[in-house]
Amino acid sequence: MPNALSRKALKTCGSRFCSMLESHVAETTTHVAEPTRRDFLYIATGAAAVVGGATLVWPFVQSLAPDAATVAAGAPVEVDLTPIAEGQIVKVFWRGKLIFIRHRTAEEIKAAEDVNVASLRDPQPDSARVKEGKAQWLIVYGNCTHLGCVPLGQQGEYHGWFCPCHGSVFDTSGRVRGGPAPINLPIPPYTFASDTKIIIGQEATA
Amino acid sequence: MSQHPTTYVPKSAFGKWFESRLPLAGLIHSSFIAFPVPRNLTYFWTFGAILAFMLVAQIVTGVFLAMYYTPNAAMAFQSVEHIMRDVEFGWLLRYLHANGASMFFVAVYVHIFRNFYYGSYKAPREVLYILGVIIFLLMMATAFMGYVLPWGQMSFWGATVITNLFSAIPVVGDTIVSYLWGGYSVGNPTLNRFFSLHYLLPFMIAGVVALHIWALHVPGQNNPTGIPIKSGKDAVPFTPYATIKDIFAVVVFMLFFAYWVFYMPNYLGHADNYIPANPAVTPAHIVPEWYFLPFYAILRAIPDKLGGVIAMGAAIVIWCFMPWLDTSKVRSTAYRPLYKQFFWLFVVVCFLLGWLGSRPAEGWYVIASQICTAYYFAHFLIVLPVLGFVERPLPLPNSILESVMGVQKVGAGVPAGANAEPSSKG
Ligand code: HEM
Ligand code: FES
Repeated sequence: MPNALSRKALKTCGSRFCSMLESHVAETTTHVAEPTRRDFLYIATGAAAVVGGATLVWPFVQSLAPDAATVAAGAPVEVDLTPIAEGQIVKVFWRGKLIFIRHRTAEEIKAAEDVNVASLRDPQPDSARVKEGKAQWLIVYGNCTHLGCVPLGQQGEYHGWFCPCHGSVFDTSGRVRGGPAPINLPIPPYTFASDTKIIIGQEATA
Repeated sequence: MSQHPTTYVPKSAFGKWFESRLPLAGLIHSSFIAFPVPRNLTYFWTFGAILAFMLVAQIVTGVFLAMYYTPNAAMAFQSVEHIMRDVEFGWLLRYLHANGASMFFVAVYVHIFRNFYYGSYKAPREVLYILGVIIFLLMMATAFMGYVLPWGQMSFWGATVITNLFSAIPVVGDTIVSYLWGGYSVGNPTLNRFFSLHYLLPFMIAGVVALHIWALHVPGQNNPTGIPIKSGKDAVPFTPYATIKDIFAVVVFMLFFAYWVFYMPNYLGHADNYIPANPAVTPAHIVPEWYFLPFYAILRAIPDKLGGVIAMGAAIVIWCFMPWLDTSKVRSTAYRPLYKQFFWLFVVVCFLLGWLGSRPAEGWYVIASQICTAYYFAHFLIVLPVLGFVERPLPLPNSILESVMGVQKVGAGVPAGANAEPSSKG
């Protein structure tokens, strides 16, 4: 505080003029100890600058988000299942994301069902991963839940998928069974339009 | 400098007029002409100049490539082939740029391990050193985004794997990743923004390099003995001594660089990157560029997604703490017989990690990566702090001059540690 310092200096000075000044300074000092209008203005200006700055950053950050065209391109896609043979895995894209459509064999379904669910890293029964009465159709996202590589079908210990990148293993239900992947291959939203046709990107409620 | 004036006096009238308005010549004079450098520097101290040269080389070749390159997912691959086949000397520009990135990393790794060996990260050079770590991080980001630009298979899947690292962040991870991509997967918006940033970051590097050199000119350069300049006799002026030596080293390094460019331009790359990006198929064996391999090995060594990402980040961030983790009062490893062995063990572990990063993540490779990762961190968290207490350093010379000319000229050595400074001052 410059006032406090000069007050001390004035006190040691000793002259009449100094002591006069000193009492004046003392008065102002007591006023200064209270928050002044200037303090308020400092804080208000600082706050406005912070809020304004943050508001300005927002549109820049938001421009990085998926744009309207990309979102629009995420409209549901129809897939005809008739050409997909038993045992085959077909790859389709929805919203630029890879999706596996797997026509499972009876053994593959059995292998997926005969699992102690509690022993899984991401416990989910096979029945929760397919539509009722459509156990032969497994529809899952085609990017490994570790870092996004495309796992290779019918490979690995459980003949589901094996990810070549860092060795994640998935079973015939697309559930993670080994390696660094933290969760099962997720199920995209889809619905059966008929027995041989699915619509990816649309939930069954319609 | 004893034999040189420390303040610059312009000779011409124009020089005087200009200097009193913008003292640029004076700054150059005091930084690169009269600046005192230790007389005992080895060629390990020329890598700073080599790095500066490589940054300029990358910017010049990059600016020209950008004239012929198209940052669009449908055209990028073709435009790089166009550069290779149709553009006059396009092949040379691209090979210089692609191999230049590797040469940049060769130089930066030599530079970093030089700092580790001679304790250049210790007081009073902590800020200088941490600025260096920041430059290294920016270089990694730049090289990663550059590698995405040709939009080949390795570009695409490298981008996918690296951006997905952010999905390990709890709660907001997936949102962050879609903001990085500008979509629901790596695609055209991703390529566009990576090109923009790939163009920008090298200039940010140049800015941090300016701070780095500024911070260097406060305490001056370290040297093989680790003891500071004490008198004019310990030093020589930057020009001509360091200037000529740096130029010579840059020329030799250019020969090494040219060897790659002209004789094996694709050796350091991956054949898969000559296959256009295909979002439906991942290459059977995906590995990053060689300069990322040790960190990639650390990522894969941890069997947990978030854990792996944290370990990989920590492997670099931990460098920033070295000035405080290293408790030894002696800078140069030349006088630390015990640490010298641990230093070389650490170098071997880093090379091993690099090699393991290039192997598939299976069988004993995984276990070896885990052992090496554990040692990597133990080096910083255990070896560095403990050795400072238990090691008996060798006697330090009294001065740089004595270390060069021999003791008989200047008198006997001093007891261990007597010339070491407390870490609080230079
Ligand atoms: C720190 C400096 C830089 C580094 C480490 C770096 C690194 C890289 C790498 C690794 C590639 C991929 C090369 C390939 O495999 O084809 C690349 C490509 C590219 N870079 Fe850079 N770069 C740097 C500076 C720049 C600058 C300043 C520009 C532009 C002004 C630029 C423009 C380009 C372009 C247009 C490509 C695509 C053409 C190609 O792939 O050859 N780079 N960069
Ligand atoms: S991306 Fe599949 S295991 Fe890493």
